[in-house]
Formats: sequence, structure tokens, C-alpha cells
Amino acid sequence: MNSFKVQYTIDGEDFSVAGEASRKLKKVLQSLGVDPQIIRKATVAMYEGEINMVIHADGGVIDAEITPEKIHLFLRDKGPGIPDIALAMTEGFSTASDNVRELGFGAGMGLPNMEKYTDYMNIITEIGVGTTIEMIVNTSLS
Amino acid sequence: MKLKKVVELLDANILNDCYSQDTEVLSACGCDLMSDVLAFVKDQALLLTGLVNPQVVRTAEMMDMKAIVFVRGKTPGEEIIELANEAGIAVLSTEHPLYHSCGVLYSEGLYK
Ligand SMILES: Nc1ncnc2c1ncn2[C@@H]1O[C@H](COP(=O)(O)OP(=O)(O)OP(=O)(O)O)[C@@H](O)[C@H]1O
Ligand SMILES: [Mg+2]
Repeated sequence: MNSFKVQYTIDGEDFSVAGEASRKLKKVLQSLGVDPQIIRKATVAMYEGEINMVIHADGGVIDAEITPEKIHLFLRDKGPGIPDIALAMTEGFSTASDNVRELGFGAGMGLPNMEKYTDYMNIITEIGVGTTIEMIVNTSLS
Repeated sequence: MKLKKVVELLDANILNDCYSQDTEVLSACGCDLMSDVLAFVKDQALLLTGLVNPQVVRTAEMMDMKAIVFVRGKTPGEEIIELANEAGIAVLSTEHPLYHSCGVLYSEGLYK
């Protein structure tokens, strides 16, 4: 397997399709024969990030690159940015509205889950400009 | 625990064709907050929830869960059933509330 790249556009307006890109990546990884445990880690992390792009930003773009060694994810949005990353990373911290909570999100567990399931995560954010989250899940060494 | 037993214990309705009575579930998670479900790492799990939307199925799919039980008589729409069919996840519904449903399964041996 050489390097494989896919890009997904995330619609920030339509919550009902939030998570579809992660489902698609899961199918791609399955077709490439990636280990199921690794697929779960990578797609759960991407799913949390994808949902965040819909509920906290206005959608965006996700780039995934799959190599024999790793799954590399870039999630970019042009949302409001994250004022305090350390606070946002705290389990239970959430600014989600009641509407979002009624949809089953807003536990404040998304970013901690993303960190837990990935081997590397980096957040670059600027208020009023947007947020880019880079995540890596290693595939060869587990 | 076999799904057949889950259906019996919860007087559940079977809502799609992905149900197989011999499917084995080894753990269960009763929750309405999807990120709490996503924090839970168990194999061959069952999800019990009172939340009805497509993210319930996508969440279960990301976690490789085997079946979803919608509690308190909630009935999912066609779109949700369709997503579950694509994911190969069995969909059940029960009139019992979440706490009761979890309690019954736990007391009958689904501890994890
Ligand atoms: N892409 C983003 N743009 C702007 N703010 C974000 C973004 N992602 C996360 N946040 C902020 O960080 C907080 C914590 O995010 P996290 O994903 O951990 O929790 P949540 O989305 O609120 O709830 P959960 O993920 O449990 O459903 C959010 O409530 C929000 O304030
Ligand atoms: Mg989140």
C-alpha cells in the first residue's frame, strides 16, 4: 500500500449528516485492510472532531492521508476558534447549547477522547479565524 | 449474553434484519450522551439509549457495536433503520425505561 489521500467537506448547516465523513473513512480503512482496533481509534477521533466542526464551527474540510505507517488527519474549520485550549481539553468542559445537548452531544468529552485515541494531536487555533486539528494514529506499531 | 436473551428480558421489538438471535454481546452501555459512549472501550457491545437520531447509529458504528436498544418506547424512523442496516447493527426497541433496562441486563449477567 502506498500513500492514499482523501478529502471530505463537512457541512456545518446540517446536523443530520454530521458523522458521515467518518463513516466513509471507516469504509476506506476497512477496504485497505487496516487492523480493526486501529480503525476504531482513528474513526472515533475523527468522528468527535467532525461533530465539533458541525456544532462549534461552521463545518470545514477534513484531509486524511493513509500510509503503511500511519493515519494522518487534518481537520480545518473557519469557526470562532478556541479561546483556552487547556480548558477545552478538560473532561466535562463544554460550551454546547441546550439544543446540542438534546442531540446527545455536549458532555465535554470529545477533545479528551480525540487525545486518548490518537498517538499525536495538535491544535492550532485563532479567535475569529478558525481551528486546525492534526491527529496521527500509528498503524504499524500498536 | 445472546441477543435472543436481551430481547426476552426487555420484551423488545426487533426492528431490522441485522438481528440474529445468536449474536453475542459481551458488554453494554446505557447512555444518552454520545461522547460518553465514545469514551467507552469494550468489545462486542450493546448500546441502550433514549436518544433517537442518526448520530446514535453512527456512534455505535464507530465503536463497532453489535446492537442498539431504543428505550422508553422510542421508535426510530426509516432513516435510522437504513443507516443501521448499512452498518450491520441490530435495532431493538423496548417500552422499559433506561434504568430498568440496564438493571435487568446487569442482574442477568451482562456486567461489563
Ligand atoms: N472546532 C471547534 N471550534 C471552536 N470551538 C471548539 C471546537 N471544538 C471544540 N471546541 C470548544 O471546546 C469545547 C470542548 O469540546 P469537546 O469536544 O471536548 O466537548 P463538546 O463538543 O462540548 O461535548 P462532546 O464532545 O462531549 O459532545 C467545546 O464545548 C467548544 O467550546
Ligand atoms: Mg465535541
